[in-house]
Amino acid sequence: MSDLIADKVNMVFNTKGGGIVHALKDVSFTLKEGELLSVLGPSGCGKTTLLNIIAGFNRPTGGAFYLGNEEISGPGVNRGMVFQQGALFEWLTVAENVNFGLRMKGSDKKETAKKVEEWLDIVGLQGFGDTPTYQLSGGMQQRVALARCLINDPDLILMDEPLGALDALTREKMQTLVLKIWKETGKTIMIITHSVEEALLLGERLFVMAPRPGRLHKEYNLPFAEQGLTTDPREIKNSDLFTETREEILTMIWDMEEEIMGKSNAA
Amino acid sequence: MIVGILFIVLICLIIGAIIYGRRLVRTEVTDAVFGNPTRALGGWHWIVAGVSSILVIWLYFSWDAGRAFFPTAANELCQVAKLNRTANPIRSAFPLENRQLRSTALLERDYGQIEALEAKLADTNFNDADRTELKSIIAEMRDTLALQASPSIMDPTTAGKLDEIANRINELAVNISDDNYPGTPDPDREKALQQPAWGETSVEIPPMAITDFGYKFSKASEVMDGISKDFSKIRNNGEGITAKLEGLQARYKGFKIDDTEGEAITAERKEMIKQIEKIYRRIDDGKIFPTAMTQSVEKALINFDDVQKSEQGSLRLIDIFALPGGDILAGNRACSEQGSGRWLPKPSDTLNTFVKMADPDVGYKGIPLLWYEMKPIGTVLEILVPDWIADLIPGEYSRHDDNGKVLNNLKDRVYAFATGQYESMLVPIPIGHIWDSLMRVLAGLFFGILLGVPLGLYMGLSRFAKGFFDPLIELYRPIPPLAWAPLILTIFGIQDDGKIFLLFMVAFAIMVISARTGATGTQLSKIHAAHSLGATKFQIIRKVILPNSLPEILTGIRIAIGVCWGTLVAAEMLAGTTGIGFVENVARKQSDYEIIWMTILLLGLLGLMFDLIMRFIIHRTIPWRGKG
Repeated sequence: MSDLIADKVNMVFNTKGGGIVHALKDVSFTLKEGELLSVLGPSGCGKTTLLNIIAGFNRPTGGAFYLGNEEISGPGVNRGMVFQQGALFEWLTVAENVNFGLRMKGSDKKETAKKVEEWLDIVGLQGFGDTPTYQLSGGMQQRVALARCLINDPDLILMDEPLGALDALTREKMQTLVLKIWKETGKTIMIITHSVEEALLLGERLFVMAPRPGRLHKEYNLPFAEQGLTTDPREIKNSDLFTETREEILTMIWDMEEEIMGKSNAA
Repeated sequence: MIVGILFIVLICLIIGAIIYGRRLVRTEVTDAVFGNPTRALGGWHWIVAGVSSILVIWLYFSWDAGRAFFPTAANELCQVAKLNRTANPIRSAFPLENRQLRSTALLERDYGQIEALEAKLADTNFNDADRTELKSIIAEMRDTLALQASPSIMDPTTAGKLDEIANRINELAVNISDDNYPGTPDPDREKALQQPAWGETSVEIPPMAITDFGYKFSKASEVMDGISKDFSKIRNNGEGITAKLEGLQARYKGFKIDDTEGEAITAERKEMIKQIEKIYRRIDDGKIFPTAMTQSVEKALINFDDVQKSEQGSLRLIDIFALPGGDILAGNRACSEQGSGRWLPKPSDTLNTFVKMADPDVGYKGIPLLWYEMKPIGTVLEILVPDWIADLIPGEYSRHDDNGKVLNNLKDRVYAFATGQYESMLVPIPIGHIWDSLMRVLAGLFFGILLGVPLGLYMGLSRFAKGFFDPLIELYRPIPPLAWAPLILTIFGIQDDGKIFLLFMVAFAIMVISARTGATGTQLSKIHAAHSLGATKFQIIRKVILPNSLPEILTGIRIAIGVCWGTLVAAEMLAGTTGIGFVENVARKQSDYEIIWMTILLLGLLGLMFDLIMRFIIHRTIPWRGKG
């Protein structure tokens, strides 16, 4: 059992001006193994902070995250991370990027090479092993990032707006890929996104977060991710339930944004 | 010959490139609008034109091209210069090159001094009798001076001498315009032809005439020399003036110095008489002539100059157009180039000098430019093994026994090994001025990188390191490296140690700063990614931060090489016995422009080579730069 449990996580930053920012307030949730969670919210609601804490890059000022009953106290290989801009090591080739984690561990070279082949196959980059990463397109770079993260066999995959910088067509393809990987590997995945459609499509569960202080605002349980494995995503997007939910969430986020604007205007 | 052909080819290349470039612009309808950077792409023909222009200008102003086309021109101009030089004593008496007639200038000078003396006399404490007498003497002196300018008092023989000079000059003018002058063949021609050619030796230009045309001027210069000497002997000392002068001298010599009024005033009186005597001697020289009397000589000389200039004919055009920016001047024994022909050495001579010096047996100051020497490998490895290693071995170094024998123990043998005192294989070791300079730069750079990069990375990652070392680096970095040189060369010696340390200081600061910039510039997401992929701290530095900083580090190395190269040459000029800078410094002391230029070109080429190598390395090792 490696569920992710958030126990009253609080995060307070001191600003330079001497004030404080409550980035996260009393965030508690449980993410069961194999679940696909997408997190949505207006900018400044603490989504990335939440992810960084889970990844272990930051320590929360209150509460804690537990993964498989162990408190998270720093970065670790049991949590893989995919970033918006790939964060690939551009001085390495595709294969060297993908096997980076295994090389750091000092794994057997032959086995590593085999694994790299497998994963390049899965993300659709067969034969690109020796290509320098700076020659790849944005979508291909994200595939490399996915493979690099998954080859380490993490319990939990954290994605920070992984498809944010891609064009619409590539994005759709990548969404299908993420769903495929989720289904085939059965990994727990947590995706942060700006796009409501993406959040609906990729979220078995969906958290909408609210800003100031950053907190969980509303939770949805959605069927679209299951459907997405068999049905054409465009069909799903046209279904009534999808459009209804989308409008509801959009209104919610718009209201929050307006509230923030009002607040700052008043101040 | 080769230079001449090269010169013509280069000019053709320039013209061809310009024509090609213009046609290209006309036919290229897709040529981008102004401001579009693609307009600057391509254009190899302009490279050809640019390089050719530089070479053409060099060949032209160094007179190399002129020498190639007119090999005897310098020798002939040398003869002309001799003629001009021998006429100079006469010429300087007239307002030809000077502003004033010399007699006028002398008069003004002497009047000025007499006035100054009068003013001084008015200031003295002499008694009235003395003052009146001295005033009268000075007034008479002025009269005598003025009298020299009067034609009426001038001795007729002096006038005759002047006329004779004028006649001799006129005669020479007639002679020189005769093509057959001097009529007899040059007796020294054989000898003259055996002189070293133009530019072969430091004498530069062979002084003896090697053509008939030149011989004419050479001969004329001998005649002119005689005329000049006679002219210089003429003095305006006719009877009328001599009588006046004698009277004046009797007066001031008869002046009795009164020594009853105290030492100071006595001294003042003596000084006054001394001054009067000084001016008197100048007047007695007799170098001031009535204006009208010297007119005939002046006219003759002007006429002569016109004649000899027109006699030079095309040589004058060669002087102006083929040997631009300077003249050929005649000295007592030799002729020399002045102006650009002197300080801009001819490319062919520079190349010759280089080829000569490149011969390892010649070199410069007994050291070849770049060569190798077979040395035992032990003396090379010796540098790597510190001598104190032997001291660590327990026991004492062996002492001699009663028979006067020394039996070496282990400690001795280790010491011998550490100092390279053992028989070993001979290996070729590069030596020479160029190698010494290169080795110093590379050694300084090596230590700079070795210590600078780790510290720079550390400073980029640690608040302690940044705060602690920053003041040190920032305080010494802005100091011009050469400001350190006197101190460091004193401490570490003028040989390699001091220079390498100086260059190390230069490279170190640059490497620290570039490595720090590189480390600071690492994207946080890359470090995050490495963390979650399970990399340890050391692995992150080694596998992420270091490669990520590589572009900055390599750029830093490229800058450091350039700065080191510049500093090294200056340091070698300050002190030392080898190196390219040393060669240049010695050449400077000897005004050897060819070697100076050769070292300048060599330094430029080596610097360019460094930069090209670094560019190649950068291109090969960080093709991802700017694409991450």
